[in-house]
Amino acid sequence: MIKINNLSKQYNNGFKALSEIQLEIHKGEIFALLGPNGAGKTTLINTICGIVTPTQGSINVNDYDIIDDYRATRSMIGLVPQELTTDAFETVWNTVSFSRGLFGKAKNDQYIKEILHDLSLLDKKDNKLMTLSGGMKRRVLIAKALSHEPQVLFLDEPTAGVDVELRKDMWKLVHKLREKGVTIILTTHYIEEAEQMADRIGVINHGRIILVEEKSKLMKKLGKKKLILDLKTPLEKIPEKFQHYKLTLNNSGDKLEYQYHASETSEEICNLLDDLRDHNIIYSDLQTKQSSLEEIFVDLVRKQ
Amino acid sequence: MNLNSIKAIYNFEMSRMRRTLGQSLFAPVISTVLYFIVFGSAIGSRISDIDGVSYGAFIVPGLIILTILTESTANASFGIYLPRFTGTIYEVLSAPISFIEILIGYVGAAATKSIIVGFVILFTAHFFVSIDIQHPIYMVLILFLISISFSLFGFIIGIWADSFEKLQVIPLLIITPLTFLGGSFYSIKMLPEAWQTLSLLNPIVYLISGFRWSFYGQGDVSIFWSLTMTFVFLTVCICVVSYIFKTGYKLKQ
Repeated sequence: MIKINNLSKQYNNGFKALSEIQLEIHKGEIFALLGPNGAGKTTLINTICGIVTPTQGSINVNDYDIIDDYRATRSMIGLVPQELTTDAFETVWNTVSFSRGLFGKAKNDQYIKEILHDLSLLDKKDNKLMTLSGGMKRRVLIAKALSHEPQVLFLDEPTAGVDVELRKDMWKLVHKLREKGVTIILTTHYIEEAEQMADRIGVINHGRIILVEEKSKLMKKLGKKKLILDLKTPLEKIPEKFQHYKLTLNNSGDKLEYQYHASETSEEICNLLDDLRDHNIIYSDLQTKQSSLEEIFVDLVRKQ
Repeated sequence: MNLNSIKAIYNFEMSRMRRTLGQSLFAPVISTVLYFIVFGSAIGSRISDIDGVSYGAFIVPGLIILTILTESTANASFGIYLPRFTGTIYEVLSAPISFIEILIGYVGAAATKSIIVGFVILFTAHFFVSIDIQHPIYMVLILFLISISFSLFGFIIGIWADSFEKLQVIPLLIITPLTFLGGSFYSIKMLPEAWQTLSLLNPIVYLISGFRWSFYGQGDVSIFWSLTMTFVFLTVCICVVSYIFKTGYKLKQ
């Protein structure tokens, strides 16, 4: 659906926001773009949408070039920006209808009604935007982006500053759009969001894509697991015979932690548990924890 | 040509006029009525006819031009500056619309608003003085040309400005003084010779003179020079706007 080839962007002040980006986003997928502040996420999105001019490289949307065939590509794309930018004095209905017309679509009140209904905005259609809460304004921005029936939707930090209920509503909407075949690219700081929603994840840092992977594979490949044992009798230190296991003991000596990789076989865990029993180290409870996408992401960025 | 997009921008801009009808329409009308009361009746009754035209009638074209210049510049500059200021410009820049189409939408709406105001002032003036328009087609043509030229000029200011102060500075410090000194309320022939020559450097003189010619068949300069200067100003504005669109100056990074 979107092919980015050798894309770079250098601003007039010399700052290089994007460096030789190679990326392919497939039709109908939910792609999460993660990265710390200033990594280049918004610049990348704005370049695809035509707001920022690339210094080098090319971008194709459905085989159309974003510069030569800008009318074709832009009419396929909807953008929900990070900032809550709205026309304060306009009504919800007028601003959403304006967006549809701006993107070259003929008037369709029924369709606008449907969007507003899906986003729980229909009862606010005659309200001025200045009277809406932050969460409602965010919904309006989504309605504007969807008003011209885009095939690709960019959500730049869509749930920043919105409450849990609204965030869940938005997740539902995103899944509904995906079912309709819309390709969704989202950037977020809530890694939990990407973990729950995305099919694939890309990590960007210092303007470079450092990783693109299917979420499940990424979790498997980079996810660390922990086995935590609550000891019945606290230990003073880890016994010599257990040195070859990657074990850590907490300060009070009553919790033993064993770290292993999500992709490893469980043989070593069995051996560890057998050895503990043989050495009369009794545990009252055990639990396992898998590292979250957030921990994987922090780890990746730190390595950069 | 993406007509739906142009229509969307045009209607969106025009809806602001409907929303703020008081300040868009009534404010210029009230100002004009005050000008007629002060200059036309109070002071004008003591001034003799100028080239056979009563002073009250003489100032009508100047008053219309004064309002047209102010309204065109203000409407167009505000129209493009506001989305830049609020950040909603992202939507226009990411839409499948060419820069020319953006320009037609914004400048078209600004020019329409000022033309409407111009005609309302002309209508209002009828209640105070008797006006006989000798060249109505030229009058409409000049009104259109000036409205479009100064809407383009306002659009340039709206792109250039990065604060509300800057948005006001050129209309207040350049356009209004030049309009007052350009013969809105007097004929430059009434000035001493040196000032007459100096006045000819003021481009607004040509606009007012041309417009006054369309009313009364006489102006401070010939209609040829008036139309030529109007076209020169229009061409300069088009060139500057072309440069802005070519380079993305203050619009695209």
